[in-house]
Amino acid sequence: MKVILAQIAPSLGDAERNLKIHLEEIRRAERAGADLIVFPELSLTGYLLQDLVAECAMEPKTSPLLRRLEKASARVAVVAGFVEQGPGISFYNAAACFVKGKLAHLHRKVYLPTYGMFDEGRYFAQGDVFRTFEAPWGRTGILICEDFWHLSSSWLLAQEGMELLVVATNSPVKEIKAAGAPTGQAAWSRLGQVVAQFLTCYVVCVNRAGGEEGWTFAGGSFAVAPSGKLIGEARQLRADRLAVALPPGPLRQARTTSPLLRDEKLDLVRRELGRIVSSRYKQE
Amino acid sequence: MALRRERSDLAIDPKLVESVLTGFIGEETRRVGRRRVVVGLSGGIDSAVAASLARRALGARGVVAILMPYRLSHPSSMKDARALARRLSIRCEEHDITAAIDGYFAGDPKAGRVRRGNKMARERMSILYDRSVVHEALVLGTSNKTELLLGYGTIHGDMASSINPLGDLYKTQIFELARHLRIPAAIQRKVPTADLWPDQTDEKDLGMTYVDLDQVLHRLIDERWTRAETIRGGWLAAMVDRVLARVRGSQFKRRVPLVAKVSARTVGIDFRYPRDWGT
Repeated sequence: MKVILAQIAPSLGDAERNLKIHLEEIRRAERAGADLIVFPELSLTGYLLQDLVAECAMEPKTSPLLRRLEKASARVAVVAGFVEQGPGISFYNAAACFVKGKLAHLHRKVYLPTYGMFDEGRYFAQGDVFRTFEAPWGRTGILICEDFWHLSSSWLLAQEGMELLVVATNSPVKEIKAAGAPTGQAAWSRLGQVVAQFLTCYVVCVNRAGGEEGWTFAGGSFAVAPSGKLIGEARQLRADRLAVALPPGPLRQARTTSPLLRDEKLDLVRRELGRIVSSRYKQE
Repeated sequence: MALRRERSDLAIDPKLVESVLTGFIGEETRRVGRRRVVVGLSGGIDSAVAASLARRALGARGVVAILMPYRLSHPSSMKDARALARRLSIRCEEHDITAAIDGYFAGDPKAGRVRRGNKMARERMSILYDRSVVHEALVLGTSNKTELLLGYGTIHGDMASSINPLGDLYKTQIFELARHLRIPAAIQRKVPTADLWPDQTDEKDLGMTYVDLDQVLHRLIDERWTRAETIRGGWLAAMVDRVLARVRGSQFKRRVPLVAKVSARTVGIDFRYPRDWGT
């Protein structure tokens, strides 16, 4: 299969303008014969929304804007990020996968960073599940940014048979030390390689470019093979577009060479987790 | 007393920093429909670095240098500023502030140098904002992180700007960036000064060298060392306490004015929108 990593620079709080960028990128991806195009976290709205969260929120069932995106997915599947207005008027940082003109999967970000420069917990409700879905190219899981930093997220998805992990992020430049990638970006790529190799799956991680409120998003989207080998990397900082091929061969080879998933002990994990959790609440 | 200090790593990747900062200047200027910035060139290193970054981000026609000498300004200040503007091929305007400052203080000859210095900084700010209208430009800030954290600047004076590319770089990091940007040696070698009165230097005003200040600030602020850890790291308690007191004492300068809350949604408290809204 062929995937396009659409490292775009969305406008803050202007979903209509961002939709245009999406539709243009989708048309290009179609022409390139791609199976899937992946946009970054909150690609339809931008990131630092603050009180705009409520005003930018969309209901997947009724939003005309999401309808248009859904329709555009007739020939190439699309993963895009937006603010979802969910049940009970809760706002989620969400990513949807549209396949053949239909909503195939919706992930609500579980881990909302609320520390340092981040303040998501103030504005968003937390998702509470990690689920995979069956896509035309294989079993797929979606994570959003901070979700990926919690190793258990990818691990859980892998236990459900995930072959492709799609990570949509908005990772900013933090400290720029001498020589090398902006601090943080090296960690992303390292994490992607470790997860791919030890869960024996493809990892496609799409970050955004551009700036908001003095932040600069780092770009550097990448894809990793199930061997842990980096397949491709987009430019740092600037908008970019990267096409990668994810053939089935390397997945089979990696899983044959390292049958780590086959040998997982889910019962043991459940048992030990149960023990650890209950001991936390034991009276001293 | 001999102290063994482990140096904090303040080295930057100047090329990457340049790339982030030129991206920032270009994007933030264009997103509000402008193509230009005005920058007050003092002949010092901060404004030289800011102007060079803006020149790279917006092109020669995207930067207007504004020189605002006072009669007591050091003669080299304007000379170096003019030379830099020529070298960058950017437009350069001069607005002498002597008449405005001396006119204001004519009836108050006992005014001390701090009041006079603050008045000069605000006079310059006022000119920059006026010229920004004429040139349909944004005012480019030049305050660095060391100054911002220590409050070593005039609130609503040199601390005022529309966008500031330098505010997250310590002074010693500005020097490193200046070397990368090939700022003229005359400017790089100059002893840092606000040039508000004769023989003023930053390090005399602050009572510590920038090298030491940046080390202590980096430990306390960026690396979140406690006071005790910083002192154990080899810094004199008196130095650490002086820095901490300055940072705490100048917090008001780094915030917008407080608004008293008497309604459901209050500007600055729970009315929170991004400035880059819809851009």
